[in-house]
Amino acid sequence: MMKLLKLKPSVGLLSIPYSIIFIFFFFIPLILTLIISFWDYNEYSIIPDFIFENYAYIFKDCLNFEKDICVTFKTYLSTFIFCFITWFFTLIIGFFVAYFLAFYVNSVTWQIVLFLLCTIPFWTSNVIRMISWIPLLGRNGLVNDFLLSTGLADGPQEWLLYSGFSIVLAFVHLYTLFMIVPIFNSMMRIDKSIIEAAYDNGANGLQILWNIIIPLCKPGIVIGSIFVITVVMGDFITIGIMGGQQIPSIGKIIYVEMSYLQLPAAAANAVILLALTLLIIWIMTKMIDIRKEL
Amino acid sequence: MKKSLTRRNMLKTSTAAIGAVAGAGLLKGFPAIHAADAPVIRYLGTAVNMGDAVQKKLFDDTGIKVKFIVKTTDEVVKTIFTQPNSFDIVDSEYFSMPKLVPSGNLLGMDTKRIKEWDNVTTAFTKGEVAGKKIGDQGTAPKKVMYLKGAKSKEFASEPTQYVTLIPTVYNADTLGIRPDLIKRPISSWAELLNPEFKGKASILNIPSIGIMDAAMVVEAMGEYKYPDKGNMTKEEIDLTMKIFTEAKKAGQFRAFWSDFNESVNLMASGEVVIQSMWSPAITAVRTKGIPCVYQPLKEGYRAWAAGFGLPSTTKGRQADICYEFINWYLSGWVGAYLNRQGYYSAVIPTAKKYMESYEWDYWMMGKPATADIMSPEGKKLASKGEVRDGGSYEARMGGVACWNATMDENKYMVRKWNEMIAS
Repeated sequence: MMKLLKLKPSVGLLSIPYSIIFIFFFFIPLILTLIISFWDYNEYSIIPDFIFENYAYIFKDCLNFEKDICVTFKTYLSTFIFCFITWFFTLIIGFFVAYFLAFYVNSVTWQIVLFLLCTIPFWTSNVIRMISWIPLLGRNGLVNDFLLSTGLADGPQEWLLYSGFSIVLAFVHLYTLFMIVPIFNSMMRIDKSIIEAAYDNGANGLQILWNIIIPLCKPGIVIGSIFVITVVMGDFITIGIMGGQQIPSIGKIIYVEMSYLQLPAAAANAVILLALTLLIIWIMTKMIDIRKEL
Repeated sequence: MKKSLTRRNMLKTSTAAIGAVAGAGLLKGFPAIHAADAPVIRYLGTAVNMGDAVQKKLFDDTGIKVKFIVKTTDEVVKTIFTQPNSFDIVDSEYFSMPKLVPSGNLLGMDTKRIKEWDNVTTAFTKGEVAGKKIGDQGTAPKKVMYLKGAKSKEFASEPTQYVTLIPTVYNADTLGIRPDLIKRPISSWAELLNPEFKGKASILNIPSIGIMDAAMVVEAMGEYKYPDKGNMTKEEIDLTMKIFTEAKKAGQFRAFWSDFNESVNLMASGEVVIQSMWSPAITAVRTKGIPCVYQPLKEGYRAWAAGFGLPSTTKGRQADICYEFINWYLSGWVGAYLNRQGYYSAVIPTAKKYMESYEWDYWMMGKPATADIMSPEGKKLASKGEVRDGGSYEARMGGVACWNATMDENKYMVRKWNEMIAS
């Protein structure tokens, strides 16, 4: 009891630097974004006000079911689909890479070496990593050259580039590591004797995977998923470059609004995007209590 | 992406500049104090037409150094609004003036301090080329050139001593094509939406410029004749975007581009065979040895014009340095440098002095080249005997149909454009 009491003030002190950073660079900007989303604007200035026009415009026509699905819903729908597919593939690939590293590689040295290998692509900027797909996938790219010369295809396959396919490919390429790291971390914490005990009791490999490893990896899976989903939800660079600027994303809409100084409209979109992303994360943390698991 | 790329380029340029300065110091033995005293101008702009050669020549001639703040067209405007003290001089386009001038962030430029003011081309001051009126739909420079006073926030309809920007460079833009892949003559803007080029067309994703290209196409298709393409009504914007949305849904476009380099890559790789393009992008494709034509079209050109402005807080020595820089810029060497890239200099007589007569004949007179035509970097652009796309200055600038524009319904237009991208 005495010990705890003594600890308290220093814990408070230790949290001050982070609290300051958090308040100034996260909390205040967020509040400002929220406030400005209710302001009015014209060509060259933003006007203090309290209007719902910015939000109303985003959902204009969205409740009119006779017309086509509205731009906002369509954009979010397409973002959700990219999010889900990317999440699915990064999870599968990430899980098995982590599994291999954690359970098949026995020496710690090799684990470190192979783990570092996974991070090598991150030594270049993600724009470069994206752009390097273009000469591969283009109409006259390497893949099409190969398909045509081997007679596997009659004509150039145009869906390879500037399409949903190329976007997902780039996302998976860019963000699988975000899955590998937390899942690998979770796996390394699994007590090997549990697995041995299961084995001794006659469980087969699949049963061990399903009943022991996956449940114990849940925190890693959730943390990795949060990384991937938040990044994909707000992305506009990858979707822009790999989608040939033709596929919508909320990030791109916000970017265009900002470059035309329609800051309140951009703020309103940002608030909605944030709310939706937080909702997804909230649902995920409901499914598993990260704090408890950690 | 644009941001990080730009920063990267800037880092590269500035490191190179530092290296060059350090190198020069070593070689010529400049005392360090001289370098420290050299006036520096922070130059905000897209800088697509500014190479290292310009910086070097400027320093040699005047001792002024330039520090580039490179941003995209839209970001330049945003910077003038939000950080008006982050630069000393801005290279902006005239179509931004209806937005910028009411903010009061720019200074009225004193034409009395510009040596070559009387020689500025009439395309700017009167909207004429060789005595003939040219198209003035959109934000034509003459509409937003003059101010009522040095600190005025209103445009003057008659020439005054004070102007919004000192004109520097302008051009007539059109569609770029790959003649080797199209294999037939192209003569109309309508071809951009011709189903023959399905999946092989592109347009730029910068709403205020893209909408003008779109309007040229719609008019060429005979769908609608705009009273003023540069100032559409909401209904006209809806109609234009509807036609493009349908084309997009039908798969007409391979990609959209928003960065100069993207347009070069799309064209050079053959992903796209017909698209909106800027003149230096054509040059860039051609210097790779790939045929690319800046195709003159019967409906005319979409023109743009840029100039120098100063932030409204400029005064004293800083103003003197900036005016000295502008006067140097218009004194001919840069004019020739711009002309050789396929742009036009705002002051033509001075540029002529710095060009060889065969260059002048090719770039300005539209005559067949009597020798190989080189870019300012020394790469071959055209062989002996070739004629410039679109011909002479008078033919090209005289054929201008409209100018890049800021519309009254700009807010609505940007939203509709976003919807088209999302469709």
